[in-house]
Amino acid sequence: MELLLTFAKIGLFTFGGGYAMLALIEDTCVVKKGWITHDEMMNITVIAESTPGPVAVNCATYVGYKQKGLAGSAFATVGMVIPSFCIIFLISMFLDNFLEIGWVAHAFAGIKIAVGILILDAGVKMFKKTPKKPLPLAILICAFLAMLSVSLFSLHISSVTLMLTAAVISLALFAVKPETGKEGVKR
Amino acid sequence: MIYLNLFIGFLKVGLFSFGGAYAAIPLIRDVVLSYGWLSDEMLTYMIAVSESTPGPIMINLATYAGSLQAGFAGALIATAAVVLPSFVIILLIMILMKKLLKNPYVQAVLNGVKPCVTGVILATGVYMIFQNCMGSIGNFTVDLTAVILTAVLAVIYFGSRRVLKKRISPIGLIGISALAGILAYGL
Repeated sequence: MELLLTFAKIGLFTFGGGYAMLALIEDTCVVKKGWITHDEMMNITVIAESTPGPVAVNCATYVGYKQKGLAGSAFATVGMVIPSFCIIFLISMFLDNFLEIGWVAHAFAGIKIAVGILILDAGVKMFKKTPKKPLPLAILICAFLAMLSVSLFSLHISSVTLMLTAAVISLALFAVKPETGKEGVKR
Repeated sequence: MIYLNLFIGFLKVGLFSFGGAYAAIPLIRDVVLSYGWLSDEMLTYMIAVSESTPGPIMINLATYAGSLQAGFAGALIATAAVVLPSFVIILLIMILMKKLLKNPYVQAVLNGVKPCVTGVILATGVYMIFQNCMGSIGNFTVDLTAVILTAVLAVIYFGSRRVLKKRISPIGLIGISALAGILAYGL
């Protein structure tokens, strides 16, 4: 129950996505509650980044499991999700016609441009972390070109298909020539 | 049927979103557009709303799309679906004592998927900026206001890192872009 309330509080007070949330989680779970150590927090951050899903959910699951096993992780995760769920659900019920107001539409035309820049920035940051080796670079470039042509000519290949293809190719290459994979492990 | 689609769609989002909120947007965009759950305008609007409400952006978007499509049950299903993969994966990692991530085959898959994700994100960023400035391929018009706005916002965002040594937060940029949009399109 304490897990639920604590993570509900974290969920309620974090604006602006996962990385903003990490600071609050560290403050709450490491400094105030002593549920996990600082080193563990670093581990979670790394694990959260190399596994899919919202970083905050990954953290909540980890801390919850550490404290009270399966039930704990379930409570912590649910706690994390409840505040945003309730707020967005209310918004979706009451604010349908909001977009039709003139200046609101203008503001969102501006925001659309900012979102493009933010996504590009996220992409560039991930690109910088990508090992500069033939295989990852080749996959990256192929995926880039494929996705760009999909968007431009409105083809119907989903990005999930691309990712599954990349996973299979990478796995196959690893099975044929294991050293490619091992180099990746060191990085 | 819509429930099943919502579940599968957001399960994909939860399963393939590496690297934080903005990195997840291309994937969410792909899913919600291909199912026709949200338009491009509504997605932009929701990204801005998600930024200004607490909680992980991915969860906010899932709740919103679910609630629009199928009311409360839809919101519940979409949110659960987006959280489920990371919840299960973190549990597995904790149970298997982190050895899973060091397994060479798992690494091989991750090494293939990550550059692919990066490519997809970069392509989406480039495409969104292109679309804002030029319209779609079939309807080719140069929107001079949007080109100027893009340039100005990019300079502000990337320039702030050099000059102030502290970057403008995504929320800050969204605020600025909203004002710029009102000024540029409203006057």
